[in-house]
Amino acid sequence: MTFGRGLRALSIASAVLVTGAFALVFFYASNDADQGFVQKIFYVHVPLAIVALCGFVAGGIFGIKHLRSGERADDLRSYVAIHISLVFAVGVLITGSIWARASWGHWWLWDEPTLVSFLIVFLLYACYQPLRFSIEDPERQARYASVFAIVAGAFVPLNFLAVRMAEQLSHPRVLGTTGGSMPGDMRLTFVVALVGVTCLFVTLWKYELASKSASIQLRSLRRRLAGDDGLAPLTRSAAPQQL
Amino acid sequence: MAATPALPLDDAGPYVAAAYLVFLALILIYVAIMATKLGRIEREISELSEIVERREREGDGTEEREEERV
Repeated sequence: MTFGRGLRALSIASAVLVTGAFALVFFYASNDADQGFVQKIFYVHVPLAIVALCGFVAGGIFGIKHLRSGERADDLRSYVAIHISLVFAVGVLITGSIWARASWGHWWLWDEPTLVSFLIVFLLYACYQPLRFSIEDPERQARYASVFAIVAGAFVPLNFLAVRMAEQLSHPRVLGTTGGSMPGDMRLTFVVALVGVTCLFVTLWKYELASKSASIQLRSLRRRLAGDDGLAPLTRSAAPQQL
Repeated sequence: MAATPALPLDDAGPYVAAAYLVFLALILIYVAIMATKLGRIEREISELSEIVERREREGDGTEEREEERV
């Protein structure tokens, strides 16, 4: 199975789109009337958040596919989607904190539902790797991880809806009413940034899939040769070890 | 808190720069980790190649000995 197909085109597209988005942010999009220049953080923070949450849901969808078909590749796809979403979520938390400090004078607000709910989602998925690592049998590991990915993946949109219904304190509901009235230059910049970050996510996802697949195939070759050459057996890992 | 007045450009600049640098740093760290993994894969491939070459040499030696015996 090859995961690296189309990686070159995707990498170029990501580089062009992300660079283009940054150029639009600083040279095209006008400053926000309310927040001024600091609102530019919006173009990196919000796309990262949307893509990270969609990545978690995608992890759940691949989890369903894995449970239905038993295909190990789907478990790998789910694992990598969640792994990269976690990296993006770290970015969301840090950029969000910086923006909060600049806008509200605080790094974090514990009474703001949007912030706390995102932290809960992040911490929930932070348990995914330890869960996988705690299960030695690869079959059970893949199955339990898929169940976790599905349950947590279903929690993400529910959590999003709950936050929408909650009282708004400091954090704006950007893509609700406010997003609808974004000026044209801001909207175009946001859309390009969103597409760029999505493209970057898919590129990193495929990149990691190709790397993991190569490692798994190498390990399988090593094991086939191990009988005669005394190579080390499989070590325990949170990542899928078979395809 | 939501109605805090906009920060002047001088004050807002470092925050915006920090946010974008975080994004770039994450990508660079990720690429660095992937580069390490790629290095490990390359090392393993060369190890496996050595093993296969050694086996082929041993295989050739055995065949020659068998031919001499015949």
